[in-house]
Amino acid sequence: MIDMFAQFWTDIELLRAIASWACFLFGGLAVISGALGIVRFPDFYTRLHAAGVTDTGGAEMILLGMLLQSPNWIVAVKILFIGAFLFFTSPVATHAIAHSAWMVGFKPLEGRELRYKEGGE
Amino acid sequence: MMFGVVIAAILAAMVLALVRAFAGPSLYDRILAGNSFGTKTVLLIGLMGFITGRPDFLDIALLYALINFAATLAILRFFSYRRSQEEAS
Repeated sequence: MIDMFAQFWTDIELLRAIASWACFLFGGLAVISGALGIVRFPDFYTRLHAAGVTDTGGAEMILLGMLLQSPNWIVAVKILFIGAFLFFTSPVATHAIAHSAWMVGFKPLEGRELRYKEGGE
Repeated sequence: MMFGVVIAAILAAMVLALVRAFAGPSLYDRILAGNSFGTKTVLLIGLMGFITGRPDFLDIALLYALINFAATLAILRFFSYRRSQEEAS
């Protein structure tokens, strides 16, 4: 059974390479756009949004691309562990940061204020 | 080649996160940038393992993911305790 799957895994190498390229390009784009958002967005909560979305989305896409390139099953299991862990802890960390900032008294910018700040900087 | 492209993308993103960590006007911006930097470090360690042909590096990446999560929560808890002490005194 495992031998059959290993044979199948080597047979679809070209398909795996194409799928990995797609995942890496999409994930890299997501990570870079999120990092640009962290630098460029006007206030703390918008930056948190940019970081939170890309930390889960881009990281999962890149890990999926790595999973398709894994040479044997134990590497695949390790990548699945990392993916599952990041999938659950990254939103928890983002929520913890947002919650503690809200408790301190940070208020999100709204409406005209947000637009003004964006043009002002 | 495939891994080189995505490593370049992650390194660029890490530089941008460091810019925010140094320039961040508030404490929480810096914590956010540090957390984001840590997640990208996990990916970078895994990809470096693949590009050098030693996927055993994934163990280190898994450990780094655990440490990063615990460190973010610990730093947040540290500052919240320090604030409540300042309010008490």
